[in-house]
Amino acid sequence: MNMAARIAEAHVGLTGVTRVFGSDPQTQVKALGPIELELRKGEFFAVVGPSGCGKSTLFDIVAGLSPATSGKVTFEGRPLTGSAVPDGIGVVFQEDASFPWLTVADNVAFGIRRAGLSEAEVSRRVTATLALMGLADFAKAYPAQLSGGMRQRVCIARTLVQRPRLILLDEPFGALDQQTRLIMGEELLKLWRETGATILLITHALDEAAMLADRIGVMSARPGRILDIVETPWGIERDSRVVSDPRFGDITGRLWSRLREESMAALATAGQ
Amino acid sequence: MRHAAILRLAIIAAIVALLELLSRSGVISRFVAPPPSEIAVDLVRLLTSDRVQAAIAQTLSKITIACGAAIVVGTALGVLIHRSRALAQTLSPYFGAYYAVPIYAFYPLMIAIFGIGEAPQIVIGFMLAIVAVIVNTINALDRIPRVLRKTVAIYGMGSIEASWNVYLPYAGPYLATGIKLAVAYSFIGVIGAEFIMSRIGIGHEIVFAYNNFDNEVMYPLILFVLLVAGTINGLFSAWEKRLLGRRSRS
Repeated sequence: MNMAARIAEAHVGLTGVTRVFGSDPQTQVKALGPIELELRKGEFFAVVGPSGCGKSTLFDIVAGLSPATSGKVTFEGRPLTGSAVPDGIGVVFQEDASFPWLTVADNVAFGIRRAGLSEAEVSRRVTATLALMGLADFAKAYPAQLSGGMRQRVCIARTLVQRPRLILLDEPFGALDQQTRLIMGEELLKLWRETGATILLITHALDEAAMLADRIGVMSARPGRILDIVETPWGIERDSRVVSDPRFGDITGRLWSRLREESMAALATAGQ
Repeated sequence: MRHAAILRLAIIAAIVALLELLSRSGVISRFVAPPPSEIAVDLVRLLTSDRVQAAIAQTLSKITIACGAAIVVGTALGVLIHRSRALAQTLSPYFGAYYAVPIYAFYPLMIAIFGIGEAPQIVIGFMLAIVAVIVNTINALDRIPRVLRKTVAIYGMGSIEASWNVYLPYAGPYLATGIKLAVAYSFIGVIGAEFIMSRIGIGHEIVFAYNNFDNEVMYPLILFVLLVAGTINGLFSAWEKRLLGRRSRS
């Protein structure tokens, strides 16, 4: 499928989405919005923003983990209520969410086994996903026997095996060193190309967003709004070598120029 | 690790050999402390006795009831207390001071409430064991990371399914610590209670033999208690270690 065809169809829509914590007007915190955003089917969209701007709140709302205070969120045309995670959405968190009492293979099989797939189908899918993620040799290992990067691969595999059409990633490489992040980023791009899923990546790393995403949404300080959307010129076959492209610096520079004042505002707010 | 285990066994073997030597050479009176080999032979003989078998069955039944009840009730209370931060903070000092209270001081009260029979002994075993289970359940639930709670939400699990498939397996090794302590405390509670308020059971048989200078019964039964408690504790420790082994880098 070519790029133009992939992005032709809107996949996720956010209209006037806000999130306010607390009911007392004196003490309530306006964490987010209003957010207006549309993710195109099959695109890789990243969100960057200053600390505390509401990136994770936005993530939780799209994931169905938390309801919006106002506004509307749709996935494939159906509204998300925030009370349950709909089928077709897969989530990967920053923290290690692998189950330490299960082997890698059983971790990956957890969701599809629970969904009632036959053992033959579970086995087929798990084997294929482990191979895709480079974990085939570690099927019988426990997460504690793996490095942080490999444990995160297990979590990604557990998500991918369910064949989600929308993958939400909340700083999935945040706990990894820079080299591992670049390699994991390349693997993520490969998976994105192979699965055709839409990806929403939340990250604080501008270079990670610039390397991975088709489009990057820049958020303001709290309450977070989308200030700007920056498009990248890399094309679908990109990999980590784009970091040496002269245009890479232009993109991160543009992101930073939009974020600098917002980050300073966020720091000033945090210091109050 | 293997060397440490060998060393531990060697220490026990050395103590047993020393006692054997001191007793057989007459340095220690055989009446005060018979040779361990004779105690072992007496134990084998005693284990065929109907009276001792009945006492063992009685004691182990009471321990099983006390321990089982402490595990079930303690786990349930631990889950309930964990749900209320205020309640956990209020009760925490009591749990901390609980084992400073000599439970046996309440035995007249137990008899007044539960009568003369097996119930007071079971209650003492239960009371000694339950707080270890409550504290370790709260500790285990405290350790469940937020990301696992989010993962449970992602899978759309209800609270029972989440507890059974995620929270309990995650908390397993820490709950195992509570279960191991519950077994040990219920042993102490029940056998200790049998010393002072029973007419049947291993504790009663040991006291009866002591009062009648019957070392051929007293020492073998003490050895039996040591062997059973040590074996059960060792099995639970191995289980706990196996569960924890999967959580640490090899």
